Amino acid sequence: MDRTLRAFRCWLTVYRRIWRSSIWSSILGPVCYLGAMGFGLGSLVNKHGTASLGGVSYLAFLAPAILASSAMTTGLDESTFPVFGSIKWNKIYIAAQASPLRPGDIFRGHLLFMLMRIFLNTFIFIVIMCAFDAERSAWVVLAQPAAVLTGLAFAAPIAAWAVTVKNETAFSIVFRFGMIPLMLFSGTFFPLSQLPAWLRPLAYATPLWHGVALCRGLSLGQLDWTGFAVHVGYLGGLAAVGIWAGTRMYRRRLYV
Amino acid sequence: MSEENEVLVRARGLIKRFGGFTAVAGIDFDLFRGEAFGFLGPNGAGKSSTMRMIGCVSPPSGGELTILGLDPVRDGSAIRARLGVVPQEDTLDMELTVRENLLVYGRYFGLPRALIRERTDQLLEFVQLADRGKDKVEPLSGGMKRRLTIARSLINDPEILILDEPTTGLDPQARHVVWDRLFRLKQRGVTLILTTHYMDEAEQLCDRLVVMDHGTVAAEGSPRELIAEYCSPEVLELRFEPAVHDASVEKVKDSTTDRVEVLADRILLYVTNGDAALAAVRQRGFQPLTSLVRRGTLEDVFLRLTGRRLED
Repeated sequence: MDRTLRAFRCWLTVYRRIWRSSIWSSILGPVCYLGAMGFGLGSLVNKHGTASLGGVSYLAFLAPAILASSAMTTGLDESTFPVFGSIKWNKIYIAAQASPLRPGDIFRGHLLFMLMRIFLNTFIFIVIMCAFDAERSAWVVLAQPAAVLTGLAFAAPIAAWAVTVKNETAFSIVFRFGMIPLMLFSGTFFPLSQLPAWLRPLAYATPLWHGVALCRGLSLGQLDWTGFAVHVGYLGGLAAVGIWAGTRMYRRRLYV
Repeated sequence: MSEENEVLVRARGLIKRFGGFTAVAGIDFDLFRGEAFGFLGPNGAGKSSTMRMIGCVSPPSGGELTILGLDPVRDGSAIRARLGVVPQEDTLDMELTVRENLLVYGRYFGLPRALIRERTDQLLEFVQLADRGKDKVEPLSGGMKRRLTIARSLINDPEILILDEPTTGLDPQARHVVWDRLFRLKQRGVTLILTTHYMDEAEQLCDRLVVMDHGTVAAEGSPRELIAEYCSPEVLELRFEPAVHDASVEKVKDSTTDRVEVLADRILLYVTNGDAALAAVRQRGFQPLTSLVRRGTLEDVFLRLTGRRLED
């Protein structure tokens, strides 16, 4: 654990130089999304009735889903190019490797930093979301850890894979054919009941849907214990597999 | 075991394979405390692979390797805590300042902040970067970055300093500054392991060295021993008129018992006494266009051991 923290502090030192600009984009992103989609598009949606949304306004329906999907985006942003660059560009991993840190320490230290970024972004998001009056239940305080778990469920396995990537064009495929479809078809902008029946099981299998359902259930106060357990179990399992694989993949890549 | 005979790194039949390719094909060496030990060899000879194994970032594929009495696979982290590494390519963080680079690195070793600060002052002084502490790394010159990398590698006060081609790509002034700093470290008793393909660097810095070629050790000894064994005290270089070059070198070759090497533009005679050999050549009626008597060097040894040239 001590060595993981040593690796983590390197990232803090790097982050200290850029945190101001990164905080601004963390604030502007949610404001734009909730403003444009929640209010703008929402005013149209609400006119046509919100029964299929569970009887809540489009803003209340949308906000927790954007929370989950922005946790995913932060997780992916932090676990792709920064991981690749730590080998190829600024060589942070290569430098760290010559020290007493082991590949697993380097991985966990970086993952801890990704977790911190996801935590900060989702925290800011929840504050803005509540300022927009988009939550319907006090359970919303648990939506933040839920969103962090969603981000981790992406960041850990993707980092484990990214460390093995030889060419960074692989990441644009992840963003284009992974992240964007997930954002569109995980019950984020419209309920899954609107999807053709045969497509729904596919959506239920994606991690983002579990993150969206978990955050939405908490924010609206409509979650039962079974649903909670299934979503947390799925995301936690994915994160655990990622952490397990990351230690191995980092070792395989760095210790050759 | 007495202090100066203490073996810090011991390799027996050390092998490194990458898939079907054998980079290091069974080498033996001992590194003693306080010495400067060099690995020489052309590109691809297996020097860097050997360095990475000693640096405990690459598990040996076979043979024995002991570093500071420990096993690099099982105790890699504990060994690395006592090593300093100057990699072939700088791995400095360009976004950070000179001091921040040392701070981050010192933390990797779990050193307290106050100690890192104190050592940073001393090390920046030592590598002549004391006035650049607050500057970003990015705009520093190649030589400065190299010196900063050396300073960073010393943050944990290592017992062994591993340098992989420490002056490759530097201009002559920068190289001499690096050599000077490394020489001082050696005087302070830091054990140095370095790779290079610059013979002058090896002659300046190394007490003992091995010449590697195709993953094996081609020769081992002090620079002087290697010159004595594989070269000659002096080398006579003769150059003839292009028109008569071929005919002349043939005749010179036939008239001497010394080892002779014929190059495209000149002929080299490996002799004990260059002036006497030149006089003898003249006496036999040859009139070289130019002649040069010089000492036998490590470069001659290197080319003889790793070069692919016709020899007599």
